[in-house]
This record gives sequence, C-alpha cells and structure tokens, in this order.
Amino acid sequence: MQEKEIKFLEDSFKKYYFDHFDLIHVPERTSEREFGFQKFNSGMIRHISLKDNKELHLLLMQNIPSDVYCSNAYYSFPNLPMNEKDWKEADLIFDIDAKDLHLDCRPNHSVTKCNECNQVSTSHDHCSQCNSIKIETKSLPCKNCIEASKKEVFKLSNILIDDLAVDKNNIQVYFSGNEGFHVYVYNSQLQELGSRERSDLVDYIMFRGAIPETFGMKKLKPNRSLFPEFEEKGWRGRFSKEIFSSKSKRSKIISELISNGYSNFNKKLQDISTKIGSQIDPNVTMDIHRIFRLPGSLNSKSGLTKIYCQDLQKFDPYTESSFLNENTVEIKANCPIEFKLKSKKFGPFSDEIATVPTFAAVYMICKNLATIS
Amino acid sequence: MITLGKDEIAKYPFLADAGQYLKDKGFTLEQFGIDPDLKISLEKAFSRVQVSADGKIYKSDLIDGEASKDYVLEREVFSFLLAIVLLKLTGMNTLIKRFALAEARRAEKYLEKDLANITDESKKELAIRIIDDLFSIQIKKQDDDFIIPISNYLKHSVNFHEREWKLINRRVGNGFVYLTSHETVRLIRKELSSYINSKIINAKTPSMIAGFEDPVNQLISLSKKFVTYTVTTGEYPPCIKHAIEVLEKGENLPHSGRFMLATFLLARNQSVEQIAPLFKNAPDYNERVTLYQLNHLAGASGSGTQYSCPSCEKLKTQNLCFAIPECDNIFNPLQFGKKRK
Repeated sequence: MQEKEIKFLEDSFKKYYFDHFDLIHVPERTSEREFGFQKFNSGMIRHISLKDNKELHLLLMQNIPSDVYCSNAYYSFPNLPMNEKDWKEADLIFDIDAKDLHLDCRPNHSVTKCNECNQVSTSHDHCSQCNSIKIETKSLPCKNCIEASKKEVFKLSNILIDDLAVDKNNIQVYFSGNEGFHVYVYNSQLQELGSRERSDLVDYIMFRGAIPETFGMKKLKPNRSLFPEFEEKGWRGRFSKEIFSSKSKRSKIISELISNGYSNFNKKLQDISTKIGSQIDPNVTMDIHRIFRLPGSLNSKSGLTKIYCQDLQKFDPYTESSFLNENTVEIKANCPIEFKLKSKKFGPFSDEIATVPTFAAVYMICKNLATIS
Repeated sequence: MITLGKDEIAKYPFLADAGQYLKDKGFTLEQFGIDPDLKISLEKAFSRVQVSADGKIYKSDLIDGEASKDYVLEREVFSFLLAIVLLKLTGMNTLIKRFALAEARRAEKYLEKDLANITDESKKELAIRIIDDLFSIQIKKQDDDFIIPISNYLKHSVNFHEREWKLINRRVGNGFVYLTSHETVRLIRKELSSYINSKIINAKTPSMIAGFEDPVNQLISLSKKFVTYTVTTGEYPPCIKHAIEVLEKGENLPHSGRFMLATFLLARNQSVEQIAPLFKNAPDYNERVTLYQLNHLAGASGSGTQYSCPSCEKLKTQNLCFAIPECDNIFNPLQFGKKRK
C-alpha cells in the first residue's frame, strides 16, 4: 500500500475512533489482559497492558492502529515477555470464517490480485495476465457466506449449552469485521484448560476423531442394541437424529448400517463431520496466548467494525458493522465484482475513476482493489 | 490427609508415611536384612520389583483386598516399603518407572472394586476421596454411571493416545463425562504411576544395609537389559513431505504448517539459512520476515525459547496429518523412521 492510501485509511480510522468511543471498551479484568496493535504496513506491537478505557482511547488516538487486539488470557504480568507473564486462565474463543466453509458461492464473489504484475482478475489459480501463481485472493460480501457462518455459530452454541453446560448468558457472538464471527465463552469450567485439552475440545465440537464403536458399530458381531437412541444426550443423540431422521426409520437404517459393514460406517462418520460438527478454526481455540481482535475496533481487511450481534438471526453485517462516514472520495477502482454495503450497490469497476462514499472507498482500498486517484 | 484402615494401607501402601509406618510397628530397616522371619518381606519386595520389571502386576496375598491375618497385611506393606528401599539402592530409574506403573495398576484394581462397591458405602467414599485428594477429580455417582466434570476429564484424558479416550468418543452431557468405574480408574493410571514414581524419587536413599546387597546387585544386572538403541532412517514423515510439496507448488501453507515444518527441520539440526529457501515460493514470501521468524523459532531472538515440533495429535486437529502405516503410531513427527533395537 502506498503512502496516499495509508494516509486516507488512517484519517478515516482516526475519525471512526474519535466519533465512536462508545463502541470500544476494554474487556473485564482489564489489567490482567495483554493488548497489541498493528499499524498499516507495519509489524505487530504487543505485550501492552492497559488500565481502563481512557488509556485505550489514548492508544487509539496516538497510534491510529490498523488493527487492535486483546488477549483472551488473563496474566499476572501481561506486559512482560510471554514466558514471564504468568498465565492464569483464558476465555474460550472461537473463530468461524466463511472462507473455511468451502462454499460453492466463493468463486462468484472472489477476485485475485497478482503479486507480480498487480493484475486483478476473477481467475482463481493463476494470474490471467502473467500466469504467475503468486496471487492473493480477496473476497467481497456475500449473503450466503454470512448465513452459512451463522449456521455454524448456532451449531456451536447448541453444543456449548447442551453438552458443555455453558450458561447462555456467558456466550457472546461478534461479527469479525470481515467474513465471519467470533464467539466468546466466559466463566465456564473450561477457563483453565491448556492448549492440549482445548485441542481435544475442538475435535469434539467439530465432530472429528469419532470411532464407530462410540455410535454402536462393532467390528465383529455388531449388536443392534448398542446403536444410539433419539433422546440420548450429546453426539449420540445428534448422530441418531442425523442418520435415522425419524424414529420409525431407525430399525431399518440400523440393519442397513450393519450390512454395509464397519469401514463404511467409519467413512460415514467422516463424511457427516462437516455437516453436523461446527466448522470452527482449530488454531484459534487451541491458542491460549492469542491476542484476538478487540470488539468495537476496525478490521483492516475491510474497514468494518467487529461488532456485537444482539440478534444473530437477523444480523446483517454489511449494514450493521459499517460505521465509516459517507463523505465522498474519488478513487481509482479495479474491482470486477459488484458488492453491497449499507444497502447500496457498488461496482463492478474496471480500472476506472469513481466517486464513492468513504466507507466503500476504505472497503476497496483495504482489499487492495482501489487506490486514491 | 486420608486416614486409612489396616487393609486399606495394604491396598494403597503408597499413601502411607513409610518411615512412620515402620516406627509404629517397632522395626528398623536393618532388621529386615538379618532377621530370618523378616527376610520373607525382603524376598517379597525383591519379587515385587522383579515382576514389575517384566511388565506384570505383583500378585498379592490379599483376597478381595482383605487378609485373614494381620501379619499378612503387614507383610504387604513392608514388601512395598522395602521395594522402594531396594529401588533407591539400585538407583535405576527404568526400574523405578516400571515398578511405579505396576503398582499403579495393582492399586487400580482395588480402586475400581471399591468404587463399584454397593454394599459398603464407606469403601466407595474412600475411593472417591483418594481420587479427589490425589488428582483433583470430583466424581459423582449417577445411576449406573460415574460422572466427572468435562474439564477434569480433559486434563487427564489428553495423556492417552488411544482414540476411545477422545472426548468425542465419550458420553457427554450437561458439562459432565459419563464413565464406568473401570474407565474412571483407568483415567488416572498415568498420574497414579507418576505419583508413586515421584514419591520414590523424592524418598531419601539410605546407605547400603547388610543383607540387601544381593537383591540390589541382582536388580542392577536385571535393569541392564532395558537399555535400548535407536537407528534413524533419515526419511521425512508424510506431514513434512506434504508441507514441502505444498510450498514447492507455490501454494499457501497455513501458518501452523509453516511452524511444523520449521520446528521439525530445526530439530533435525538444519540451520535457519538452509530452511529459509523452502519458503521462497509462498505467495506472501518476504525474506526478512521469514528469517526473523525462523530465528525466533530457533530461539536465536526474542525470549530465547526454542520451539518444539508439534505432536501428531495437534497436527491431526490442524489438518496437517497425512499418516501412513510407516508412521506406526508415533506421537511426534520427529520419531518417524526411528526404530528401537
């Protein structure tokens, strides 16, 4: 990114931070958290400790960061190097990102930008101009992606509430500011779990590593009575609802499963994993030292805000998370796909000068699909 | 501190204060080396260690955890305490480890029986208390099941590599994991054995006692057969091969994959300069950043922490595992191709 664009983004971000202090708060137990931030075109600065909102707002105004982060962990000394921080516990966090869901709609709203010749195109495996494979994929807003991500969040919260006994009020869902959702779980029995334990929890939530025996199928002499019932708790119950679909079909389907044999059953378990498991990013949940995007801050991949979802079902990120101003600005846009922000349509732009509101200009510049003209 | 009855000390001798027990019974260690009546206990102690070295569990004289005569109970406890003395005198850690594991498995049988005891509530309570005191697992009985909080379960189950211990393969509901008495006790085997192990390691080593020389020497020669040699083929495991292929094709390898590859190669003694060119084809390659990150992993910058290669279990979760039969149930990619001889 060139200086002109950085200046424009910094001005826009600064105005947002100044006008919207009400949206950006330090989390509870502030002094036990580690904060960090990045500036445009620059590396990460972390191991920062803050006392209160005032200090946070000062940091934002002084540094105009492109991204702001805060640890899910609680430390005795959050500002010391990692191995001296004295880790106490960490909130359970989840990242659900549409790009990990491998949806059919992706090619329709993704463009690639070549790192060698800067060509923007809708070709997905190589540059259409110079054939280089060093390309970056940029995705633009898509309703389908958001709805699919929401579905994963609902699957996740069902598992959290029913199986892990997490209190509904201790689950908070945020739009990530780009293409997915961040879920926080506070005050659960899982706070003190380390990374290895969280890794097994991830497999549980994603329905991975299941063996046929758990669901009643044995290698030798299968026994009908071992197959799960509809009313059972946890995965056995969910599995039977998925596989048998109704109580009346249970018996017939068990016979089929037994006659298809053990290895087919095993394959079935793997096949339904993405359907019934919640597709979370394993690395985020396993990481107990992560600094995670701060709620209320802007996402430099889009200029949208990471914002709390009061009613996830109705939530529309591309109207409810765009807080940058409407002042128009002239840009040179190279964005071959149409997109919608704040209920307005933009594009497609084919390497052309366009006058658009700041929020849309920031969006395209953040995606590296426009420059200040 | 749990107060134990006579038969309970015999079942769970590792809970007793060894020195105090001998004193209370009015014996000194020296007597066991010379007194022909007491020597039986020393012989039993020797066989207790010997049996454990073979990977078997010592067969005690107790029947259902009880004995008809008090001296049988005492001999059980003495033989355990003397076994520790023998182990300390041999100073062989492999023997101590094997002994601790065998004793843990022996205690496991009694714990399981006590836990499932429906006629004597106090026995069940004691087993529950032992498990809570030693390993902070709060067990509750619910119908035919034993239920423990998920967080308690995970802290112990992660030590197992078998898939049936994964949370996904357990009955889970309302924040609890449902287990049988057998599974509950099995869950703590490793911890029980490390508890016994650490008790032995932390015990004071006495100076040689007359009459103990022979069994000690026999045990030292016995432990020599456990020395193993390993040979390495030098071939890369499939996960590493896959990561290299992805990079060679110029495709994007996720951060976790790059971390695995770099830490693996660093552990195989490759230098940062040898590793860096592998990342050259990555879509977002930046030489300065790559070198910085590699140096960081190698511990040459930052806090000086040397990062180690992730376990196979972790790589499975991260979708980076491409196991083949040759992996042979290894726990870490670094073990690939190493054969014990």
